[in-house]
Amino acid sequence: MRYRSTWGNATIINTELIANNVMKIQLTPENGVKNFTVGSHIDVSILINGVTEIRSYSLVGQYQQKKPYTIAVKRLPSSRGGSNYMWSLKKGNQIKISQPTNHFELKYNANDYLLIAGGIGITPILGMAEQLCSRKDISLRMLYLGKNKEEMPFTEHLKTLLGDRLELHYSDESGYFDVNKLNTLANNQTHIYLCGPLLLMNSVRKAWEANPFENTHLHFETFGASGLFAPQNFKVKIPRFNKELVVGENQTLLQALEEEDLEIMYDCKKGECGLCQVNVIEYTGDIDHRDLFFSEEEKSKNSKMCACVSRVANGHVVIDTAYRSNI
Amino acid sequence: MTKNTTTFTMNESFPMNAWYAVAWDVELKHELLPRTICNKPLVLYRKNDGTPVVLEDACWHRLLPLSKGKLRGDTVVCGYHGLEFNNEGQCTYMPSQETINPSACVRSYPAVEKYRFIWVWMGDPAVADNSKIPDMHWNNDPEWAGDGKMIEVKCNYRLVVDNLMDLTHETFVHAGSIGDRNVAEAPFDVHYDEHTATVTRWMKGIKPPPFWHGQLNKIIKHDDLVDRWQIIKFEAPCTVNIDVGVAIAGTGAPEGDRSQGVNGYVLNTITPSTNQTCYYFWAFSRNYNLKDQSNTTELKNGVASIFAQDEDILEAQQRAINTNPTREFYNLNIDAGAMWARRITDKMIENENQD
Repeated sequence: MRYRSTWGNATIINTELIANNVMKIQLTPENGVKNFTVGSHIDVSILINGVTEIRSYSLVGQYQQKKPYTIAVKRLPSSRGGSNYMWSLKKGNQIKISQPTNHFELKYNANDYLLIAGGIGITPILGMAEQLCSRKDISLRMLYLGKNKEEMPFTEHLKTLLGDRLELHYSDESGYFDVNKLNTLANNQTHIYLCGPLLLMNSVRKAWEANPFENTHLHFETFGASGLFAPQNFKVKIPRFNKELVVGENQTLLQALEEEDLEIMYDCKKGECGLCQVNVIEYTGDIDHRDLFFSEEEKSKNSKMCACVSRVANGHVVIDTAYRSNI
Repeated sequence: MTKNTTTFTMNESFPMNAWYAVAWDVELKHELLPRTICNKPLVLYRKNDGTPVVLEDACWHRLLPLSKGKLRGDTVVCGYHGLEFNNEGQCTYMPSQETINPSACVRSYPAVEKYRFIWVWMGDPAVADNSKIPDMHWNNDPEWAGDGKMIEVKCNYRLVVDNLMDLTHETFVHAGSIGDRNVAEAPFDVHYDEHTATVTRWMKGIKPPPFWHGQLNKIIKHDDLVDRWQIIKFEAPCTVNIDVGVAIAGTGAPEGDRSQGVNGYVLNTITPSTNQTCYYFWAFSRNYNLKDQSNTTELKNGVASIFAQDEDILEAQQRAINTNPTREFYNLNIDAGAMWARRITDKMIENENQD
C-alpha cells in the first residue's frame, strides 16, 4: 500500500558496527515512534554532493513500544553515496525521515513459510522471523545467505530464535547457493519471503517458476542497487537531442539525463513501475537490467531499459526518450 | 480512569483488535458487498467454496473501490483498469505489462463465519484468535429457534450499547409491548470482570406485559402473576446478549428452575462503521415452540418494530450530541452497566496504544 510520506526530524541515538561493513543505526523521531508492521521501511532524506536524495531502509525487527527505530546499513564500494552518508552519521545528529510504510507485507494466513535473506536483505526478514517463530500453527524455515560469517549480522539472534529451522550458507566456503534445492525446502503450500541482491532474487524466481508452485506465493522486495555487473561509468548518446553524456558510477541514468534537462517520466525509482523506460537504439557491452518491470524475455531483447536502475557495463548505449516535437 | 468519564459523551473510539460482525450469513453471497467497518472501507464476498473473504475496498493502483468491479471465480477484477486480486489480496494481473509489481496487493483481513454472522478482525492479524469471537451460539443452536436483522443506525456504536445496558428505557420507549412501570422500579445488580459487565434484574410476582403474556400462553395457559427476568451481559467491545423471560410466579425461576416459563435471548452485536454510524445486528432466539415458524416471524417482526423505536431515539440523541458539542452526559445509578461497558472498552483501546 502506498501512503503519502510525512517527513519529520529524527535523532541518531546510537550507531554500532555489528558485522563487517554493516552499521546498526538507531534513531528516534521527534514526533514519536509509530507502530509498524514487519517488512516496513522508512525513507531517509540524505545529502549527496549538496543534492537531496531519498533512500529507503528496512526497519529491523518488530515494533516495540517506545523503542527507537533500528536500521542496518551496509557500506558498499559501489555506493551511489547513500551508505557513505549514513555511515558518517554520529550519535546526536539529526536527519529527516518519513513515517514507516510497508511494501513487503507479511501475509498472516499461510501455514508454511520459507524466509530467504541474502546479505543485507536480512533487514526486513529479521522481524518476520521474530514474528513467525513463536507461532505453533505454522511451519517455518529460514535460509540466510552471505559471503561469510563476519559479513552477516544477527546470526546469533536468529540461531536463538529458530534453532535448527535456520540454515546459514556462506558462499566463501560453499560457493553460491544452489537454488534448485528449493524443491526440497518448499512445496505447493509454501509462501516464500525473499530479500537480497538482484542475482539471488532472479535465480530464486526462475527456480520457483520452473516448479509447479503458485507464483503468488513468492513475495519479495529488492533494493534496486544491485546488478550482474559492478557499476561503472558509461557513455550515453541521445541523437534526437544531439547529446552525449557520461553516467558516473555513483549516478543513475535517470539522474544523468535530468542533469542535462532531458525529461523522463518516472515514479518508483526502484525498477518496479516501468514508467522511466527508454528505447535502446544500439549498444555495446552488456545492458545490466536491474529492474523487476521487464520480463526475462523483454530484457533479452535489449530494446528498452529502465533509466532509474539499469546500467551498461563495458560499453555504451544510444537511447531515445519519449519526446516527440509536433513542429 | 477520570479521563474516560470526562470524554464520556463524545468518545467515538473503538478497539481494532477485536472481532466485529460485518454481515449476516444470508447477506454474503458470491458477489461483492461493500461495508465500512471502523472507518475502513471493506469489500466482502464468498469464495466459490463458501468461505468468506474480506479485502480492503480500494484498488492498489488508483484507489477505486474494488466493490465497483466484479468477481471472476474467486478473483476480484477492478472495475477501472482491470487489475486483478486473489482472495488473499495479492495482485495477479496488471494490464499491458508482462510482470507484476512485487508490492502490488490490497490488505486482506481475517474473516470467520460463526453463529450465523461473518466476523472480521480489523487489527493486527498476528493476534487474531478465533476463540475471542463473542459467544452468540443461541443464534444457531438446535435447542433454540429465531432470526434477526441488521439495521444501519446513524449513531455511534456506544450509544446502542448504552441503550441495551439499561433497560429502564423500555418503560418509556417501548410502553405497551415490553415496557411497563415494573422495569423502571425494580432493583438490579451490576457485576463486571475484565471483559464483561452484567446487569441482572428480577421482577417478581408482577403482572406480565402484553408481549410476555402472549409468549407464555403459547405453551402454558396462565393469566396470573409471573416472575420476570432480564439478565444483560455485555462482552467487550460491542456485544450484548440479554437473557429474558417470564415464569409462573413462585415456581422457582429466580433459583434456577425455569421449567414453568419461557426464555428468550435478545442477541445484539453493534459494529462501528464510521464515528457516527454503526451496523446493528440483532436476533431473538427462544427455547419454546421451536418448530413454529410463524412464531419466529412474529417475534422477528415484533422486535424489529421495538428496535425501530430505539433507532429513532438513538439517532435523535446523536444529533443532539452534535448540536451540543460542549455538553457532557450526566450519569445515573441506572447507567452503571453502560459505564462498566464503556470503561472495559476504553481499557481495550488504551492497551492497544493506537497511534
